[in-house]
Amino acid sequence: MAESLIKKYSDMLNNKEITCVELTEKFLNAIDTANKDLNAYVTVTPETALETAKAVDKKIADGQALSPLEGIPMTLKDNISTKGIETTCCSKILEGYKPIYNATVWETLSAQNAVLLGKTNMDEFAMGSSCETSCFGGAANPHNIDHVAGGSSGGVASAVGGNIAVYGLGSDTGGSIRQPASFCGIVGLKPTYGAVSRFGLIAYASSLDQIGPVTTTVEDSAIVFDAISAYDKMDSTSRGRVGAPVTDTLKNDIKGMKIGIPREYLEGVRDEVRVCIDKACEVYKSLGAEIVYFDLPALKYALPVYYILACAEASSNLGRYDGIRYGYRTSSYKDVNEMICKTRSEGFGGEVKRRILLGTYVLSAGYYDAYYKKAQNLRGSIVRAFDNSFTCCDVILAPTVPMTAFEKGSAISDPIETYLTDICTVPVNIAGLPGVSVPCGFGENGLPIGMQIIGNKFCEGTVLNAAWQYENAVGSEVFKASEYGVKL
Amino acid sequence: MKYEMVAGFETHIELATNTKIFCSCTTKFGGDPNTHCCPICIGLPGTLPKLNRQVVKYAIMAGLATNCEIANISKMDRKNYCYPDLPKAYQISQYDKPLCEHGYVQLSSGKKIRLTRIHIEEDAGKLIHKRGDTYIDYNRGGVPLIEIVSEPDISSVEEAKEYVERLQQIMRFIGISDCKMQEGSMRCDVNISVRPEGSTKLGTRTEIKNMNSITFIGKAMEYEFSRQVDLIESGGKVEQQTLRYDDVTNTTSSMRGKEDANDYRYFRDPDLVTISVTDEEIDELRKMIPELPFEKAQRYADELGLNEKDAQNLAKYRKIAEFFEESSEGIRNPKTAANFIIGQIFRRLETENDKEEFNIAISAQQLKELIKLIDDGKIKNNLAKTTLEKMLDTGKSAKEFISESDMAGMDENTLIELCKKAVESNPKAVADFKNGKQKAIKSLVGFVMKESRGKADAALAEAKIAEIIGG
Repeated sequence: MAESLIKKYSDMLNNKEITCVELTEKFLNAIDTANKDLNAYVTVTPETALETAKAVDKKIADGQALSPLEGIPMTLKDNISTKGIETTCCSKILEGYKPIYNATVWETLSAQNAVLLGKTNMDEFAMGSSCETSCFGGAANPHNIDHVAGGSSGGVASAVGGNIAVYGLGSDTGGSIRQPASFCGIVGLKPTYGAVSRFGLIAYASSLDQIGPVTTTVEDSAIVFDAISAYDKMDSTSRGRVGAPVTDTLKNDIKGMKIGIPREYLEGVRDEVRVCIDKACEVYKSLGAEIVYFDLPALKYALPVYYILACAEASSNLGRYDGIRYGYRTSSYKDVNEMICKTRSEGFGGEVKRRILLGTYVLSAGYYDAYYKKAQNLRGSIVRAFDNSFTCCDVILAPTVPMTAFEKGSAISDPIETYLTDICTVPVNIAGLPGVSVPCGFGENGLPIGMQIIGNKFCEGTVLNAAWQYENAVGSEVFKASEYGVKL
Repeated sequence: MKYEMVAGFETHIELATNTKIFCSCTTKFGGDPNTHCCPICIGLPGTLPKLNRQVVKYAIMAGLATNCEIANISKMDRKNYCYPDLPKAYQISQYDKPLCEHGYVQLSSGKKIRLTRIHIEEDAGKLIHKRGDTYIDYNRGGVPLIEIVSEPDISSVEEAKEYVERLQQIMRFIGISDCKMQEGSMRCDVNISVRPEGSTKLGTRTEIKNMNSITFIGKAMEYEFSRQVDLIESGGKVEQQTLRYDDVTNTTSSMRGKEDANDYRYFRDPDLVTISVTDEEIDELRKMIPELPFEKAQRYADELGLNEKDAQNLAKYRKIAEFFEESSEGIRNPKTAANFIIGQIFRRLETENDKEEFNIAISAQQLKELIKLIDDGKIKNNLAKTTLEKMLDTGKSAKEFISESDMAGMDENTLIELCKKAVESNPKAVADFKNGKQKAIKSLVGFVMKESRGKADAALAEAKIAEIIGG
């Protein structure tokens, strides 16, 4: 059974086996060493971390009880706003930008004395699947640094997989938490749209973006999800967690649970991935669950729908980066128009420009109906198709990515091919559903393979319980520790 | 050939909510630049808008007061364009599902100017050009606006002015905006075209942007009408374009042509949820719509017997109308109150703004007490008039200036004695009167009024004096 790292470290703190400052220093030192290889962190915040650690130690010395995440060293993706700490989305255009307010998730966690080690690497504005569109260069896979950590939340996955953070928060617009979690052999949860506040998350595609936990175990995922899922009046689309804390639902019996597998998810998936999924089905059957195969034809529209909607929203969300109020500004210009034009040309990377252009195009007069409107209608069909699926199964099982982590450089060279690798992750965002990626084996190259468990809206409890049951049944068979980072 | 004007209006009105449309910053006009701002209204990365429900309510009230249908379901859209005063590079507005549609504003002629729609949106900041540099003040950014779009039903400058005035009065009456054109809380764009009289085909229109006074609207429309007519007469063609009006030279000039028109790439704002309004809510808001100025004026004329002009003057400003109604309620002749207000009080309120604000020293109840004294025959009009002036100067009540003896009235013998005294003391006036100068008697009556400190009944005194001189 996979041990909860958060609980382990929390117990050590409570039992005074280690002080929070010592624990934090261990992580900071590990970052010093490992980050050269992993490039997981783009900003490290030792002062903030140690200051919090001291406060936690004082509480322990005073005999006060700690909340579950108190004193636990963690990290945030660089698109989550942190007051006074550079938040760049790994884009040159946000160079030097220090937010004057905290994202709601960070407001919540910092109030619980979460120890922020720093901000982690990502694809520029979360646009990418390899973390390599980052202006700081990509994050490496902690199991083989010649391979990518995945994206866009590559830095968080690399840090957690590489043991230089106990857990982290990423964001998932089309798979950006689940895909790198799958590549790095860890657990990544994309919550239901609206379960976690987006306030302070720098937007890529507002109707798809969702913040979620990146952890080493399912139980940790549940602990972090419970801490950050709450209604937030600052986010009109937020609803919070529905029902009991997810941690309470883990370890529930899954006898008779119906696990659906849409055949479309298995098309074009590499054999080694397919083998892992088949093995997982056997595990579930042994736990008393029933496997149901069915067709979900609407899935074939998911990828084009995703790229049209995400790019359309991005083209609007990224209009504000004009060099006037914050971030990067070009050095010489004749007038305001030239200033904006040069700032954006110099400040944005190639992938971001490509998506802004695509998005602008699909929203333009004359093309709106053919692209954006059609995509919206198809989004409706996909939502209904999933709704329908959940009348005949409790959760859906699918691969997270059709393959293992790419070699460095290969994603950048062929963007269309890379877009196609998002095929298994985007449907969940389009339908606003919760989905978790858990490790389920290894490829021939020794790199991790992940599988997704997808549930109906606000059914994180069911999803994480199904994941926990699997994790508990297979144990260390599917888990391999990275050579990097802190080991206690 | 004779031409007629065809014009439609797009009117932006800032709503008088306390806070902005998507955050809790104040909407107060002025303030040092960028002091009425927060991360949300300056669009810092990661911030999200949260719709102020009061904006929806005010917009619905505007719709109800202009006979619109109110949508139970509506939504917010993004209008994308790049300009330094727009910090998100999009304005949150409403595109294809506005809150209100299909209304009208009726002019005094009875003609209805149809309203296509009323929608809600956020205002932009302001650019300030000085010393060769440009500065941006985002205080106004995020102030709630309604945009009222009319059909091209306006066919003269007079109709245009009346339309704007009526909108202004309605919005002020329902209390959703101060509609101060000079402060920019009401701004008009005019779409204008011309066509041969009798034709039903619309000509090519031009749009004159952002006018902030009714006088300029009139002048700009006159100028643009003649420009278009001259152009057509001389064989030219009107080009569809956006114009700016220069109030110094009284001309219009081109801002951009049709080819440069923005493609706003409207799409639904994914950060905001559907706006739903129940019929119950609409009914509640309907109850809050007061009697509007034109209905009021009609009632003052029909029921209270005021002449049309007085009725309109009193009904035009909400505070004045309320003051009039309170001070004349239960009074034998409401005209007395009307006369005091229009005569004496209006003299102290020189500008439109003064009338709108209606800051005077006395309350309606105080005026009513004064009128009651006349009604009860305790004092005469003359004394009331001088007393009202003193009241307006000091804010004190009538009783402070009128003694018991003032109100005691005057018996006939005392009056006759006073009249006799007037005749004896003014031989010249008496002689003039006798020589046929009818007017001369007025100075004798004046003498009596003065001696009686206004207590005497002037008409009765005149009769007595005539009797004495004649006898």
